[in-house]
Amino acid sequence: MSEVAHVSHDDHHDDHGHHHKETFITKYIFSQDHKMIAKQYLITGLIMGFIGIAMSLLFRMQLAWPGESFAIFETVLGKWAPDGVMDADIYLALVTIHGTLMVFFVLTAGLSGTFSNLLIPLQIGARDMASGFLNMVSYWMFFISSAIMVSSLFVEAGPAAAGWTIYPPLSALPMAQPGSGLGMTLWLVSMAIFIASSLLGSLNYIVTVINLRTKGMSMTRLPLTIWAFFVTAIIGVISFPVLLSAALLLIMDRSFGTSFFLSDIFIQGEVLHYQGGSPVLYEHLFWFLGHPEVYIVLLPALGITSEVMSTNARKPIFGYRAMVASILAIAFLSTIVWGHHMFVSGMNPFLGSVFTFTTLLIAIPSAVKAFNYITTLWKGNLQLNPAMLFSIGLVSTFITGGLTGIILGDSTLDINVHDTYFVVAHFHLVMGISALYGLFAGVYHWFPKMFQGRMMNKNLGYVHFWITAVCAYGVFFPMHFVGMAGVPRRYYENTAFPMFDELTNVQVLMTVFAIIAGLAQLIFVYNFISSIFYGKRGPVNPWSSNTLEWTTPQEHIHGNWPGEIPHVYRWAYDYSKTYENGEYIIAGQDFVPQNVPLQENEEELNH
Amino acid sequence: MTALLTFTVLVLVAIAIWQMTKIFELSQTKTERAEIANDSDNKNNGYLLFAFLIFIYGITIFSFAKYSKMLLPEAVSEHGGEYDQLMLVSMGIIFFVQTITQALLHYFGYKYRGQKGRKALFFADNDRLEFIWTIIPVIVLAGLILWGLYTWTNIMDINEDDDPLVVELYAQQFNWTARYSGEDNVLGEANVRLIDIANANVLGLDESDPNAEDDIIVKELHLPVGRKVNFKMRSQDVLHSAYMPHFRAQMNCVPGMITQFSFTPTITTEEMRLNPDVVDKVKRTNALRAEWAAEGRPNSDPWEFDYVLLCNKICGKSHYNMQMKIIVETEEEFNKWLAEQKSFKETVMVDEEEEQAFNTEDGVDVELEERTSEE
Repeated sequence: MSEVAHVSHDDHHDDHGHHHKETFITKYIFSQDHKMIAKQYLITGLIMGFIGIAMSLLFRMQLAWPGESFAIFETVLGKWAPDGVMDADIYLALVTIHGTLMVFFVLTAGLSGTFSNLLIPLQIGARDMASGFLNMVSYWMFFISSAIMVSSLFVEAGPAAAGWTIYPPLSALPMAQPGSGLGMTLWLVSMAIFIASSLLGSLNYIVTVINLRTKGMSMTRLPLTIWAFFVTAIIGVISFPVLLSAALLLIMDRSFGTSFFLSDIFIQGEVLHYQGGSPVLYEHLFWFLGHPEVYIVLLPALGITSEVMSTNARKPIFGYRAMVASILAIAFLSTIVWGHHMFVSGMNPFLGSVFTFTTLLIAIPSAVKAFNYITTLWKGNLQLNPAMLFSIGLVSTFITGGLTGIILGDSTLDINVHDTYFVVAHFHLVMGISALYGLFAGVYHWFPKMFQGRMMNKNLGYVHFWITAVCAYGVFFPMHFVGMAGVPRRYYENTAFPMFDELTNVQVLMTVFAIIAGLAQLIFVYNFISSIFYGKRGPVNPWSSNTLEWTTPQEHIHGNWPGEIPHVYRWAYDYSKTYENGEYIIAGQDFVPQNVPLQENEEELNH
Repeated sequence: MTALLTFTVLVLVAIAIWQMTKIFELSQTKTERAEIANDSDNKNNGYLLFAFLIFIYGITIFSFAKYSKMLLPEAVSEHGGEYDQLMLVSMGIIFFVQTITQALLHYFGYKYRGQKGRKALFFADNDRLEFIWTIIPVIVLAGLILWGLYTWTNIMDINEDDDPLVVELYAQQFNWTARYSGEDNVLGEANVRLIDIANANVLGLDESDPNAEDDIIVKELHLPVGRKVNFKMRSQDVLHSAYMPHFRAQMNCVPGMITQFSFTPTITTEEMRLNPDVVDKVKRTNALRAEWAAEGRPNSDPWEFDYVLLCNKICGKSHYNMQMKIIVETEEEFNKWLAEQKSFKETVMVDEEEEQAFNTEDGVDVELEERTSEE
């Protein structure tokens, strides 16, 4: 079946250049080429990331210097910062939109969208995605949802401000807070479109990985990146529709007077008609997506790390099959742990026990992954490129952030740290920073593949990494202590509680680190943009990598390979493989690309 | 000041890295100037990885030294002791694992930094190793799960044994109200549809329910030491969360349902004010507040320690200031205080009984009128 598909593709390719006159619009805007769509995802994601990070700096300043007047507040926030003092409502709005942008728009679309699109066809040996058209539609729906989300920042009463989890009734009642009016409507519309976009993308990834692998590319020879993207797409397809239903029911409650999530409400002097709904139901629906979402964000980053780390360590990834098994185990468990966000929500405590059990189980495959990464470094010949440093950094923050999950996943211990800064520190390290590191590792590593062989400046990359690495710990490590002192999250200021007074210094420290980290990202932005235009061209296979994407020419062509699609004869991790006499398989080079047939006397280890 | 210092240090570090890489870059021959790590990059970054390990340990030690005194003081509820114990053991395990894994990760990064001609070891699998690091987490986590679940089941077992005091915590934007169940120790029925602000029935108590008559509604939570308290939480508008950090207690307040939590306070407010940790904390805080007062900042009067109930679920604009004071006192003090409070009957039902007849008639009239208009 796939043979037939390849033949027809090849025909198509031979004709290429004669018929297709690519205009600016078909090439750069409504492109159906996966490489161009990947770049569109990346750049849109980075712009959203810029907004999201800038917002976090604003509210961190408010936390460190509560109620103080800053000219920048007045400039950026306008009427929401009278005399430069941030308003309490806009503080909540900033927190909400920061969370939404970073989780969905940057780390879901920007990370998974970019690298799934770029790497799935290139690494499995396909001409393009299964459906180029759906792929294009998926990106443009993402673009529309981004545009709507950004436009919600400019509505009269302000954007959504009920926290990124938008729990009703706060999110359902415009009289509960100004952000729950038009701002929340736009949020819901934007997210509904986003979910549709994500589903189209995910279905495409799944179909492509299953059907379009080149000859010899068995599932057990897939690079771990592809495994990660594939499984990510599957959990996306399973869980995103549930968020869509939650969003739709919330829209019904808000606009059509239904009572799915609302009951017995007396607000601003009057009783509302809602009867019989339950906010806890919403929490279940939200976290049924919300928790898998964490892994939708994280798995692609871990996949990228596996690939980058193995390549740069010049060693096979340790325990390939265990890594695949962990990805599958994490994916499965991720769909049955959502209740750990709800231990004190009022749901039956017995459910809490069940979710504690499943949650702590997920620590096992995570631990296996961490140990396997460490062992991959052992006795390697580590090429410390920026991408490699970000990968090592990812493992570091993944461990630090993951370990505190043992506290939060334990229903007993969660009681007192639930919704405090302890949680904020935990998830920022384990999924925020880790996934961002994965994104950066991917950008530094595959930049030459995206931009015709141009490479990013490594020295700027080093400066970017080291400042970011130091500041990430500087922000989020002390934050655990703030949480354990009992400071709740989403507080506009902590001055109403003298017991938190002495923690102000910690807030200042964290904010200073955050601002430096934010500024350090400008180095990346500069490096990224200038390298697109002026980056030095490197060799075709700059990192001496085994995977198929480096067998394509640097110039992008429709269909990826000018001739036949290469066949695959081995797994992706034959780095530093030797004969029994200690000689490399290919004399003088420490890697054997996947498209090189088994040599004489070579033992096929593992695969 | 710390801020400025950190900033300077970081800027200097950045400049140092920049200069170092520049120098090495210049010392390379032209052919090697591709943007791929060379031996000197590997060397520099290998050393930096090692330095980063020291930084991680450093910030850990720094945070513990400087911030652990700011953490919550000892638990003041019966289950809180067990909570703290479990927390301590879990933290011990976490820091043990953290110290070792970060060391391995960064040390390997430093030790095996790339060199031209170095041969990496082709090491793709080892079943025994993988078995070991699967089984160890399994055992450790099994222990933690069992302990955690045992404690959780005990905490969440809310029953009527030992004559608990029944108290309602009532949340609304942006304040708390407490309702004591009075002499019968049974809370009267209530629903937001019965709220009648004009008649001071702010919690929507059912006036026809005899259990409601002796209920006492207050704005300050008093608890007798050593007696179990069963809390029933309600909210009238959006989600709130009743968070009592000193008691290691938290439960969301959900409109449309009644949630519960139960604990036994063990230390009175008076005693807690003498706790050495608390004394130190108050001293530090008041020193800070004196500084603020000197700067003319508002809200900087000296502070006296009190237990507090906070809202810990985003609930709107003044979420950050939704609190209620909790006072734990001796049984006698508590009873004396409670006796001074007015019951629901005294505050609301008295005034109303006179008007009762009116209201009903009015109601009937309205109903009739509606019917006729429909026809």
